[in-house]
Amino acid sequence: MRVPLSWLREYVDLPATETGRDVQAKLIAAGLEVETVEQLGAGLKGPLVVGQVLTIEELTEFKKPIRFCTVDVGRANGTGEPQEIVCGARNFSVGDKVVVVLPGAVLPGDFAIAARQTYGRTSHGMICSGDELGMGDDGSGGIIVLPPEHEVGTDAIELLELVDEVLDIAVTPDRGYALSLRGVAREAATAYGLPLRDPALLDVPGPNSYGYGVKVADPIGCDVFTARTVVGLEPEARSPIWLQRRLQKAGMRPISLAVDITNYVMLELGQPLHAYDRSRLDGPIGVRRAEPGEKLTTLDGTKRVLDAEDLVITDNRGPIGLAGVMGGAHTEIADAAPDPETGRISGTTEVVIEAAHFDPVAIARTARRHKLSSEASKRFERGVDPQAAAAAAQRTVDLLVLLAGGTAEGGVTQVVAPSAPRTIAMPANHPDRVAGVDYGRETVVRRLQEVGCDVYGQDELVVTVPSWRPDLAEVNDLAEEVIRLEGYENLPSTLPTPPSGRGLTARQRLHRRVGRALAGAGYVEAPNYPFIGEPVLDQLGLQADDARRRVVRLVNPLSDEEPALRTTLLPGLLGALRRNDGRGSHDLALFETGLVFRPTGEERRAVRLPVDRRPTGEEIAELDAALPRQPRRAAVVLAGAREQDGWWGKGRPADWADAIEAGRLVAREAGVELTVRADQHAPWHPGRCAALYTTVDGEETLVGHAGELHPRVVKALHLPDRTCAMELELDVLERAATGAVQAPRISTFPVATQDVALVVADDVPAADVESALREGSGELLESIRLFDVFTGEQIGTGRKSLAYALRFRAADRTLTVDEASAARDAAVALASERTGAVLRGA
Amino acid sequence: MSAPNKSYDPVEVEALKPEEIERMRDEALAAFAAADSLEALAHAKSAHTSGTSPLSLANREIGALPPQAKAEAGKRVGQARAEVGRALAARQVELEAERDARVLVEEAVDVTLPHDRVPAGARHPLTTLSERIEDVFVAMGYEVAEGPQAEAEWFNFDALNIGPDHPARGEHDTFFVQDADGGSDSGVVLRTHTSPVQIRSLIDREPPVYVICPGRVYRTDELDATHTPVFHQVELLAVDEGLTMADLKGTLDHMVQALFGEGMKTRLRPNFFPFTEPSAEMDMVCYVCRGDSIGNPDRPCRTCSSEGWIELGGCGMVNPKVLTACGVDPSKYSGFAFGFGIERMLMFRHNVEDMRDMVEGDVRFTRPFGMEI
Repeated sequence: MRVPLSWLREYVDLPATETGRDVQAKLIAAGLEVETVEQLGAGLKGPLVVGQVLTIEELTEFKKPIRFCTVDVGRANGTGEPQEIVCGARNFSVGDKVVVVLPGAVLPGDFAIAARQTYGRTSHGMICSGDELGMGDDGSGGIIVLPPEHEVGTDAIELLELVDEVLDIAVTPDRGYALSLRGVAREAATAYGLPLRDPALLDVPGPNSYGYGVKVADPIGCDVFTARTVVGLEPEARSPIWLQRRLQKAGMRPISLAVDITNYVMLELGQPLHAYDRSRLDGPIGVRRAEPGEKLTTLDGTKRVLDAEDLVITDNRGPIGLAGVMGGAHTEIADAAPDPETGRISGTTEVVIEAAHFDPVAIARTARRHKLSSEASKRFERGVDPQAAAAAAQRTVDLLVLLAGGTAEGGVTQVVAPSAPRTIAMPANHPDRVAGVDYGRETVVRRLQEVGCDVYGQDELVVTVPSWRPDLAEVNDLAEEVIRLEGYENLPSTLPTPPSGRGLTARQRLHRRVGRALAGAGYVEAPNYPFIGEPVLDQLGLQADDARRRVVRLVNPLSDEEPALRTTLLPGLLGALRRNDGRGSHDLALFETGLVFRPTGEERRAVRLPVDRRPTGEEIAELDAALPRQPRRAAVVLAGAREQDGWWGKGRPADWADAIEAGRLVAREAGVELTVRADQHAPWHPGRCAALYTTVDGEETLVGHAGELHPRVVKALHLPDRTCAMELELDVLERAATGAVQAPRISTFPVATQDVALVVADDVPAADVESALREGSGELLESIRLFDVFTGEQIGTGRKSLAYALRFRAADRTLTVDEASAARDAAVALASERTGAVLRGA
Repeated sequence: MSAPNKSYDPVEVEALKPEEIERMRDEALAAFAAADSLEALAHAKSAHTSGTSPLSLANREIGALPPQAKAEAGKRVGQARAEVGRALAARQVELEAERDARVLVEEAVDVTLPHDRVPAGARHPLTTLSERIEDVFVAMGYEVAEGPQAEAEWFNFDALNIGPDHPARGEHDTFFVQDADGGSDSGVVLRTHTSPVQIRSLIDREPPVYVICPGRVYRTDELDATHTPVFHQVELLAVDEGLTMADLKGTLDHMVQALFGEGMKTRLRPNFFPFTEPSAEMDMVCYVCRGDSIGNPDRPCRTCSSEGWIELGGCGMVNPKVLTACGVDPSKYSGFAFGFGIERMLMFRHNVEDMRDMVEGDVRFTRPFGMEI
């Protein structure tokens, strides 16, 4: 809502010294979000005067037609001689009154005017357009042609009210009344402690039986309908400058007098109005719900198929308007236009004015259904004062009579559904309890009265809320009114004491540790958007039946390329890798932890539960069943060097083993050991892919995968060669966690070390050999470590040698060489039996 | 020690003459002093202290002396040998020290060499800032609560007093989720705020409830310098007996002091949110200029555009309708809540100029933030 300060002053006698910024601060404190204060005409300096065009000489030798004019500006140029001006606009004729800026003046935007050579002539000033004067584009694209009654030489800065301040208020949904000068003025009056001149306090004749016929078939959808008729309008009458200027400053375009007046009254009183051309109405006006499939062409030229819930205005032929949203094209006020044959100006001469009150919900739904938000619907949705309808109709009638030469007909139609004033019972100390401040009953009552409430009672107040505040419905609404008027800035600051807490949950601590551990290992966190498209799933090489292809889709994605939610973290993370690589960072290790969305396809519609009670456990379970599973995952991607070349020697590239180690690193943070097995799983290289398992509740459970990406995937996604990745499900790790670590017993007896080199077939996993050695060693084994893998001629093709260091130690004695050797031999024997391992050199 | 040599005439033993012993001693001392390396010293040692050295040979002669001469000759030779031994040891220490000094100099390195073998990792500042905020409240006794990001509309809207026809519902720029058949009426959305976690917290727990809800939220804004469709919020909810707006104010003041330093404070301005009543917009005093830039054109402040205040987010007293929807008796309990965006706070706390820097995952942006913020 744009509120010109000059207009606001009409209803409140704000001190003359108050600037827009001052008023802004006051209104913000009162709860109106005044976003900006626009300074109209800032820097504007005259002379800027009314002139009359005397002669026009058409200059045709230029690319576009140019006019050389002489303009009578009276004594404004000091000589009284005609002013010579070159002008590019063409929407004026000899005799027209125009706005002339003379040399020495400065227009908005620091545009200094001087006599200058142009198109071979000297132009002593300019004939002005609205745009040049900072009035806003009037859509004509031409210069301003004034009504003829304005005298030559008159100061146009004052005439056009060019200097003003405009408050731009973002009105919150609860304060529909502030979508009017009346509402904002009421807040300003309260904020300054000044009386309000309520523009809705008008003498309105009572309803009678000879007004225009109105039948309201749906009194719930429409509880007030006022109709008034004005006849004898002069079609050629134009909106006076003051009216046009107020509309422009408020952000509306002047259109025609009748329309301008309805808009003006809407801005003033907050009551949307509609004017019908009476000659185009066929019979009485009706209000009802639409028949399914009924059609209506609205003022914007769109033909709409109506819904049975839409509230419509009708005449005998059917719908003539979407109630409270937009009128129909057929009964639109006709613009004044000269008849091509007679030259007589014709247009609407008789109007029926509608000032009605509609159900906010019905209007909101219709506006949403037809994607049609109008100034009217915006107001009805947020609540319009039903008791202002008659006054608004009267104000419209008065202006039509005053400005368009019309005559008000005596008939006054008013259809009103009976309603009682709304009252709220509230303990007088409720605002005190909400605020934590001791306001006292007297203050509470006074503040509520300022808002417009009637208040009775002592300790228990009975508060009748004003008709323009439909948002006041609960005791806390009233408390807010008191607290905001007393000033939020005056609230004290106290700190409540919550019960002692238990800190983060195990899951939250794990999540943080994983992030720290990965960052500590050189990974940089890169959280990505969860939006993906099908193509990336193809590029990852996922099979048609891969579970990661079952995605959650959005109804309204930002991009049609990415209409679904991620089922894996890899697409986003690989995108970030590619982006970094493209920007010149080639040695990359990135990680992300976050939710993926894994629907089962069995999700049912989430129902709407009631809000007047706590939902039952079953109801909550039903809602949760409508949601896709959203497990938390962790993933890393690597490319380039894991260790850099440097003065210390050669670096080494990131490889599949780094990816698997990242998995182990994450698992270690959860206190979980991973079992690693070779696997073939997209998007990984079939020979360099590990499946990571752990044990959850005694069951071996897949946690994730790691390794080098498939070369085809690398190519399809334009990734650096040998890009590696790991992804696992943190929630599984959390469930696998075994709780508190059991402290090992530390023996202080000497260690006995035995190295063995075992030769096995190439395809025997080292993990199998190690677990056999471990098991065969028995309880004397303290640790085992693979320290070399060797292949070569000495070993024979298709074979490899694995060299292990075994450390034995007893808790209670120094081991003899024989004991250690026996343990080693047992280990080798079991490895040999399980994996066909042969002691190297044996 | 050699046996007495009876055929030997002691008087004739040249080597045991006092001047001869002195000479042998002096030669040894001179040789040690002349040794300029441990090798030369070893050589001199062998020449002057080994079994075949002149003094050793002289010592061997003592046994041949008559008993009355033995004592004196023995004393003289012993003293000379002791002196030689001390000189040798001293020179040994000297030369070893010289060698050590030289070797350590030779082993010196350029300690300014860089060591970026494995480049440092880092956590994203949005993560660490969120944790920092959580920790402020965890320290006070609050719990951290989490919830799903694809959320039922009832949790995201209805239970928060944003009914289907509420104007605010349309202002949420919501991503809607398709149902299993591709229909648009699944009743599931990407949560538009972290407030649904408040509802879940209130339903899961009995009051008093003190929770902080951080997390990702979604709105259908295109990514640009100041907007992102995926962003992060932190919300706080306290429901207990007798909580007031003054408590809300105090909690906000505490938070900005914990995050931005002593003397920080907040300001409330009336506003509207369906889930709180009364509702307020909250600002904090600009932590850079502390308000000094207001009306002071000589000292403009970029952080707050010389407004003196920085807008943080929304807050208010939990709407009794919300308590009712969660089964909490509003006549017994009251509560307050606030929420704000982490991106915004990161932008003004760390001078991030472009929202895109926070979402593109460029390692050059993230690395400097390290592990904590």
